[in-house]
Amino acid sequence: MTTDTLVLARQQLLAPAGLGENDLHRTLACLLDHAIDGGDLYFQQRRAESWGLEDGQVKNASHAIQQGVGVRAVSGEKTGFAYSDEIVPPALLEAATAARSIARSGGEARLQVWRSAQRPALYEPLDPLETLSANAKVRLLEAVDAEARRQDPRVTQVMVSLAAVRDTILVAGSDGTLAGDLRPLVRLNVSVIVEHGGRREQGSSGGGGRVGYGWFLDQDRALGHAREAVRQALINLDAVPAPAGTLTVVLGPGWPGILLHEAIGHGLEGDFNRKGTSAFSGRIGERVAAPLCTVVDDGTLANRRGSLNIDDEGTPTQCTTLIERGVLKGYLQDTLNARLMKAAPTGNGRRESYAHLPLPRMTNTYMLPGEHDPAEILASVERGLYAVNFGGGQVDITSGKFVFSASEAYLIENGRVTRPVKGATLIGNGPDVLTKVSMVGNDLQFDAGVGTCGKDGQSVPVGVGQPTLKIEALTVGGTQA
Amino acid sequence: MPEAIAPTTAPLPAREHLETLVGDILAEARAQGATAAEAAVSFGSALTVTVRLGEVETLEHHRQRGLAVTVYHGRSRGSASTADWRPEAIRDTVQSACAIARHTAADPYAGLADPERLAREIPDLDLYHPWTLSAGEAIELARECEAAALALDPRIRNSEGGGVATRAGLVVYGNSHGFCGGYPTTRHSLNCSVIAQDTEGMQRNHWYTVGRDRDDLETPVAVGQQAARRALRRLGSRRLETRRVPVLFAPELARGLIGHFVAAIRGGALYRKASFLLDRLGTPVFPEFVTIRERPRLPGALGSAPFDSEGVATADRDVVANGVLQGYVLDSYSARRLGMRTTGNAGGAHNLIVEPGPLGHEELLRQLDTGLWVTELLGHGVNLVTGDYSRGASGFWVEKGRIQYPVHEITIAGHLNEMFEGVAAVGGDVDVRGGIRCGSLLLERMTVAGE
Ligand SMILES: [Zn+2]
Repeated sequence: MTTDTLVLARQQLLAPAGLGENDLHRTLACLLDHAIDGGDLYFQQRRAESWGLEDGQVKNASHAIQQGVGVRAVSGEKTGFAYSDEIVPPALLEAATAARSIARSGGEARLQVWRSAQRPALYEPLDPLETLSANAKVRLLEAVDAEARRQDPRVTQVMVSLAAVRDTILVAGSDGTLAGDLRPLVRLNVSVIVEHGGRREQGSSGGGGRVGYGWFLDQDRALGHAREAVRQALINLDAVPAPAGTLTVVLGPGWPGILLHEAIGHGLEGDFNRKGTSAFSGRIGERVAAPLCTVVDDGTLANRRGSLNIDDEGTPTQCTTLIERGVLKGYLQDTLNARLMKAAPTGNGRRESYAHLPLPRMTNTYMLPGEHDPAEILASVERGLYAVNFGGGQVDITSGKFVFSASEAYLIENGRVTRPVKGATLIGNGPDVLTKVSMVGNDLQFDAGVGTCGKDGQSVPVGVGQPTLKIEALTVGGTQA
Repeated sequence: MPEAIAPTTAPLPAREHLETLVGDILAEARAQGATAAEAAVSFGSALTVTVRLGEVETLEHHRQRGLAVTVYHGRSRGSASTADWRPEAIRDTVQSACAIARHTAADPYAGLADPERLAREIPDLDLYHPWTLSAGEAIELARECEAAALALDPRIRNSEGGGVATRAGLVVYGNSHGFCGGYPTTRHSLNCSVIAQDTEGMQRNHWYTVGRDRDDLETPVAVGQQAARRALRRLGSRRLETRRVPVLFAPELARGLIGHFVAAIRGGALYRKASFLLDRLGTPVFPEFVTIRERPRLPGALGSAPFDSEGVATADRDVVANGVLQGYVLDSYSARRLGMRTTGNAGGAHNLIVEPGPLGHEELLRQLDTGLWVTELLGHGVNLVTGDYSRGASGFWVEKGRIQYPVHEITIAGHLNEMFEGVAAVGGDVDVRGGIRCGSLLLERMTVAGE
């Protein structure tokens, strides 16, 4: 079933202000009065709520509405940008006048006729805030709390948060792009503290996606996160200091895929490569990974946190191959960088909100499965680290150095997983870390829907995934030298 | 050159206008049945430009409004926010907050700050110095900044650009105890990020200057040249073998370490027992020569505020005296939960100043003798519950007080308790570009992981 999201977006964003297509035309024409290659208008309304539980009770909750329109003018490599939090004709023209000042008058570009593509939606255009009553939200949080506390008497603190966002967007571009999207997003997070013999440790688990709150009630997901958070915290109670130095590292499936996000994904974003500032610049066609490795960025996975029907420039998302059997294949593009690099946009132009400029960003980044049984991979390691859960990561795209921090890890000794070790940061070099991959598991998993990526001060939801991976050498930042 | 469009940033609305809105919100909350309420209305505008390789890259005009309310129905509360200032939006926003408060549990600690703690007078702290520069002038400054970096050395081959940002804002906060106050602030900055390249590869680095007043800023040439020098000195970086050595944190990173200390003595972390610094009040956390003062009312400083985000008057105090922890960082809620009084830190600490020591950078390197001088950190490997610390790093290997070569792709790890206790020196080279002011910190020993 296809739902005409453009019609819905128009009703929500344009109709209340009495704006029609001629107002969009007039604003874009005002932009094109100056020597710009093009421009766009990005209308957005965001409704968000979050509910928080601690001490066994829901004590805090908030609701937020944000709306506005961002106006962008592009001329060569130059971008002019202004926005308004009022969606009314005078504010539109004022923003357009400010944005177009990037260039002088006398442009060549012509306004194109509207065209909009429609395709099957990857998620329902629902308002997730309305998918559960307030009472039911409170009961869900209380049930998660009870489940966590029921697991073990050493649980001393349980904090649970439940949040939903509904984003409605409409993009109108001077190239004729006219597209809308209604984007639901929910998220549940459980964080616990356990205490034993004077030692305190934490554990957390969460998930979500572009769905309604009912997702958490299905398949016991919400309670599963409660149990998982407690399990992790209890394991950390027994953790010994992590080793320091270069080791063989086996990464578990799913969320450890932030390796790919940090080590590979950011370095392949179009802006850095157009400017030649990435350690991957100019390396298309070169071998940057073992032949076992194929890595893609896929914005078209149904209901996933990183997925979008269209990106924030109206380009339909797609599955882009970044590395194919070890060879660098492609970059992630928005329209500006695609045009300047004479490449096609890949549906990766994303922005945090109408008040931010679009940038090339990832969606769901993952590695395709290989042939090995995960048990076989672990058995092949004489001495190493098995890291299955992570906190955040970061990368310096120019030097290629990246880090990601393990929050649950174990020693591997003689092919067996033995003691849990304390969290430690792992550091490596993006352009060569995947050349050290010697085994790829057959167990591809995606993360549970918790990723947020930051770039230039803008946060956007993303996803990652990978099968179990064996990396022959990676530096582990423990304390045991 | 682009046409110069009218002043830098949209003019601020009159404070009285925002005060009226706050009054309207509080009245609406009362009308809808709230027993108490607090509200904040904000306006901000900014102009930012970036210039890359001599050409304008982005020119952004920012102008944002905000309105946030928290209502209390007895001891139950609800919050809501919007960017819309119209009366019907105020009504709807209060309604959303009240709807939430009907579902949240009564919390005996919830409520407004105690009336006797609210600021009685609001001194002018000299935080507002608008910079009337046109977009064209801003572009010229950014260009000058980047050009200085590119001209410094032929190995500066590429750039992420020079940038200028100027912001002005006004926030008015009020509550149903009768407090209503607000003040305008400005914040201006210049930044530059460039890439040095040699046969071995590329290294990027940046520098910035920030202040309330444009006169507090370093010159564009100084910022550009410093960015270039920082990128150049990273060329030829090597790895280190795994070892335990003393570590010198550059001032901008030392500020981050003090930030972890502050995060661990915040009320929220303490009442949840989610801090490695529980029950440490009155005990030594740092060596005796370390003193950390809070000076919230320093004129013109980036962290200054006459009152905190719930209207409580700020005041000078010592957070650490002679190494001993003197007080926490509390708002009213966390203070009540801990059976204490708020320290006027709703929204965070205001100008925490680590008392500078006598040693400059060269002398600190001599005291370090043989070890690691860390100039950049990567990642977020800090666990405030346990105090475990493990982050990616780059910097310089130092032997006998002399820099030997740049290093990268290493980690540094330790435990924050031991790192704080093991502070061997505080530098006199204070970085004032933020709410925490600190010189270099020399730590006795950390684990460096590498090859
Ligand atoms: Zn990221």
